[in-house]
Amino acid sequence: MTLHEIRKLLDAEVLIGEDQLGMEVNTAFVADLMSDVLAFATAGSLLITGLTNPQVVRTADVLDIAAIIMGRGKRPSQETFQLAEEVNIPILTTKYILFEIAGRLYARGIRGCIEKVGSK
Amino acid sequence: MDLESIVKALNLKVRSGEDKLKAEIRGGYTGDLLSDVMANSNEGDVWITRQVHQNIVAVASLKEHAGIILVHGSEPAKDTLEKAVKGGVPIMVSDLPGFEVIGRLYALMNKTG
Amino acid sequence: MGGNFDNAGEVSSNIKTVLKQIGLPKDVIRKAALVAYESEINIVSYARKGMIRLRVVPDSIMIEAIDEGQGIPDIEQAMQPGFSTANQKIREMGFGAGMGLCNIKSFSDVFHISSEVGKGTHLRMIIRASSAVLNS
Ligand SMILES: Nc1ncnc2c1ncn2[C@@H]1O[C@H](COP(=O)(O)OP(=O)(O)OP(=O)(O)O)[C@@H](O)[C@H]1O
Ligand SMILES: [Mg+2]
Repeated sequence: MTLHEIRKLLDAEVLIGEDQLGMEVNTAFVADLMSDVLAFATAGSLLITGLTNPQVVRTADVLDIAAIIMGRGKRPSQETFQLAEEVNIPILTTKYILFEIAGRLYARGIRGCIEKVGSK
Repeated sequence: MDLESIVKALNLKVRSGEDKLKAEIRGGYTGDLLSDVMANSNEGDVWITRQVHQNIVAVASLKEHAGIILVHGSEPAKDTLEKAVKGGVPIMVSDLPGFEVIGRLYALMNKTG
Repeated sequence: MGGNFDNAGEVSSNIKTVLKQIGLPKDVIRKAALVAYESEINIVSYARKGMIRLRVVPDSIMIEAIDEGQGIPDIEQAMQPGFSTANQKIREMGFGAGMGLCNIKSFSDVFHISSEVGKGTHLRMIIRASSAVLNS
C-alpha cells in the first residue's frame, strides 16, 4: 500500500511528508512502548502509536521506520514536528483509535513485523 | 461474539478468568499507557497490550473490559496473574505481534457484526 | 545529559550519521544506533550525567555508556525483562517497560555491565560488522 492510499483509508492528515506519499509499505507495528518498538519493529515498517513526543521520531529514525501514524486524533508537539522535519520522516494523524487503524490496514494486506531482529 | 470464540480463532492461551470466557465482546482497544486506556477504552472492549504490570488488572476491571490479550509472547507478571485470578479478569496471551492480533480480531468482529 | 529529555536521542542520531558516512552495512548501523539509544535514554532517565563513547575498528563497533548517578543496586534484577523503576514522566514518553537493558544485550555481540551504587554505571557493547553482515 502507498502512504497515499493509507491517508485515504484512515481519513488521515499528512503533517509531514507530502512529498513521500508514493512510498510503499507492507508491514506495520503498533505500540506505545518505545522499547517494544526497538526490540521488534523492522526497517521500512509503519509505526502506529498514540504517543506524540520527540522520542517517537527518534525511535523511528533509529530503526529506519517508513512513516509514523498517530492515532486518537493526536498531534505531534512542536519539538516532535521539528525533529521529524529534520530527519524527514512522514507523520500522518487520524482520529481513529489504534485498534481501528491496525484493523483497517490489516484488512488491506498490511502485515505485522514478525521477524525478530537481534539475536533472540 | 464472545471471548471463547476469539480464543479458538486466534489460538490464544488463557492464563486467568477461564470462567468468564462467555463474556460478550463489544469492541477492541489497543494501548500500552494505562492513563490512555483508562480515559478512552469502553466497557466490553477486549484490550490488547504489551503492558504486563499488575495495574492492567485494575484498569481492566474498572473499565469492565471483557478481557486482556497480551501480545508478542509477553506473560503476565507474577502479581499481575495473582490479581487477575482473584479478580476474575481474563488474561489471554499470544505469540503474535499486536498488529497481527488486532488485524485478525478486527476481521472476525466485522464478519459477525 | 542526565535528566534532560529535550535532546535525548541526539547522540544516537549523531552516531548513526557518522556510521553511515563510514559506509557500514545498514543492519550494523541499526543495531549500533539502537544500542546507543537505549543507553542514552537510561542515562537521561536514571543518571546525573553521562556520555556515550563510540569506537569503530574495521570489523566492529564498540559503544560505551558511562554515567555518574545512582547506579544499579541489583544488576541481575535490572536485566530482567519487565523490571523498571521508571517514574511517571518516563512512562508517559513510552519508556519504562523494563526492556532496555535486555534489548541492548540481545542486539550486541558482546555486552558488559558494571555499576556502583551512588557512583554510576558503565556499559560496554561490541557489535561485530562481520557477523551482522552474515546474519542479515
Ligand atoms: N544508567 C542507569 N543508572 C541507574 N539505574 C539504571 C540505569 N540503567 C538502568 N537502570 C535501572 O535498571 C532498570 C531497568 O532498565 P531497562 O533499561 O532495562 O528498563 P527501563 O529503562 O526501566 O525501561 P525501558 O528501557 O524498557 O524503557 C531501570 O528501571 C533502572 O532502575
Ligand atoms: Mg531503559
